[in-house]
Amino acid sequence: MTALAARRATSPSRATRVTGLIAVLTAILGLGLLVSGSSGAFELHLDDLAGSIAHRLGLGGTPIEGAGESVLWNIRFPRLVLTAVVGACLGCAGTLMQGMFGNPLAEPGVIGVSAGAAVGAVGAIAAGFTFAGNWTIPLCAFASGLTTVTVVYLLSRSGRRTEVVTLVLTGVAVNGLAGALIGLFIFFADNAEITEITFWQMGSLAQATWQKVAAVAPLAVIGLLLAPRYARLLDLLALGERPARHLGVDVERLRIALIVVVALLTAAAVAVSGVIGFIGLVVPHLLRMSAGPGHRSLIPLSALGGAAVLVWADLAARTVAAPAEVPLGVLTALVGSPFFFWLLRRTRRSQGGWA
Amino acid sequence: MRLRPGHRPPAPVSDLPAAATDLRVRLGGKDVLRDVDLEARAGEVLSLVGPNGAGKSTLLSVLAGDLDAAGGDIELWGLPVSAWSPRAVARRRAVLPQAHHVSFPFGVGDIVEMGRAPWAGTPASAQDESMVRMAMALTETETFAERSFTSLSGGEQARVMLARVIAQDAGLILLDEPTAALDLRHQEMVGRVCRELAEQGRAVVLVVHDLDLAAAYSDRCALLADGRLAACGEPVEVFDAERLSEVYQQPVTVEADPGTGAPRVVPIRR
Repeated sequence: MTALAARRATSPSRATRVTGLIAVLTAILGLGLLVSGSSGAFELHLDDLAGSIAHRLGLGGTPIEGAGESVLWNIRFPRLVLTAVVGACLGCAGTLMQGMFGNPLAEPGVIGVSAGAAVGAVGAIAAGFTFAGNWTIPLCAFASGLTTVTVVYLLSRSGRRTEVVTLVLTGVAVNGLAGALIGLFIFFADNAEITEITFWQMGSLAQATWQKVAAVAPLAVIGLLLAPRYARLLDLLALGERPARHLGVDVERLRIALIVVVALLTAAAVAVSGVIGFIGLVVPHLLRMSAGPGHRSLIPLSALGGAAVLVWADLAARTVAAPAEVPLGVLTALVGSPFFFWLLRRTRRSQGGWA
Repeated sequence: MRLRPGHRPPAPVSDLPAAATDLRVRLGGKDVLRDVDLEARAGEVLSLVGPNGAGKSTLLSVLAGDLDAAGGDIELWGLPVSAWSPRAVARRRAVLPQAHHVSFPFGVGDIVEMGRAPWAGTPASAQDESMVRMAMALTETETFAERSFTSLSGGEQARVMLARVIAQDAGLILLDEPTAALDLRHQEMVGRVCRELAEQGRAVVLVVHDLDLAAAYSDRCALLADGRLAACGEPVEVFDAERLSEVYQQPVTVEADPGTGAPRVVPIRR
């Protein structure tokens, strides 16, 4: 049997595995949405939930009596939708970053988008900006996140090329500067502002509204639809920049495109939810282990996986310490950091140190 | 921006795959290549030989478009390198780098298939499978087609990368030390592969340290010394005992291989 015949014989199993993963992740996400929709301080039965959804869709059913209907449609559903969107953005952005850096440790935060977005948001709170009403903070976060990533990119370019190491180190420096700026804002803020800043910094989806969903949905959808276009090129980039160039990839243009898409996805997510780390690290990594490194399946899978994981994480955040709510960013960091340590050790061992 | 058919490749104005004229390359404030005139001709295997630091890999990098020349001209099929889009040039020029690193554990078959990327969306993509199969057979890599690239030994990785370069189906093939990690049998295999590729009408340029291998399989050898072309021509002409002894600063004798008649370089040991 020739090699290619052998490959053809086994490729259906790979396709089956990807289909299986899509089914499992969709089920986890769907179940998460149902459980999360019904649980909380205001307990709702699943059949009430189904009845209310059917009613809104005009398929019969009845609205929930009393406050339940309002809790479901004005508090829980916007939060669930926002959680899923933010999770999808973070998972997808993580995959793109890792492909772009050729390193499983890369995370959207590495290039400074998250920190940059934090500066904008915290600055808006500290300065008391209200020029766009409720939208002020997300807008500032989004603008400063995009600015940061552009600055990082320009600083790390030398000649007509960008070395990955330089890009990462520039990201580290920018993250440090952003941290200092946030510290400075906190130093000059009054007590009420400090409370708001701290909560925002820890990452939370508790302030979800339909307006916020509407604000980020277009950005998220554009980013998520653009991402799969680069799957094939990201595969080639795994060979290294020069080999990718020798295979016809315009590496510089690809990198600019990826930076824009990543900035779009992460800034959109961070702007409404604060800094929620490690989703973009853990989700793509686990999926790569089970579905293989090909980006054609990895990109959509990591968006789906990010949504599924974040919905369950947010459910945990609002129920484990009820009636209080654990900040979501703190929860993901608690689970994600040990994973990062493990990954760090493993990568270091496989590379024989950080030469 | 994806790998779309995009710009029409410029129409080649000559049959000469690559020509360097009066080439000068500066690295770190020093001329590492000077006054180099060299052609890579279709149907020929051209070996770049010379001591460490002579500029062999630099010359190959310039031909590969990885380094810019400080002076002189590089033309591919009669057109300056700058006239070619990345995609168009990828259909005509394939490059095997010296080191092989793949970021994620891609399968061996996936890696070889990546060589077909420049042809995506063109009628030539109909030959993707046959080219991949041919390339893997030539390099004897079918047996581990199913394994992940990162799990292979250095020599196996080198052969897989060679298969990727062959699958690219380019008219100009640049190989930087393709035999470095290989055992005796597979070094000879690379020599035969180079000959076969040249017989298909391609121009093959390789950097190689083993002078006997260069002599046995090349149509021409370019001997580089200290950034200049010390000699260029058929192996019998270039491999002169006196010249090699001087360039390598190691006394050698040159004898004829009893089987093929090709020159064989033997260091004089005391």
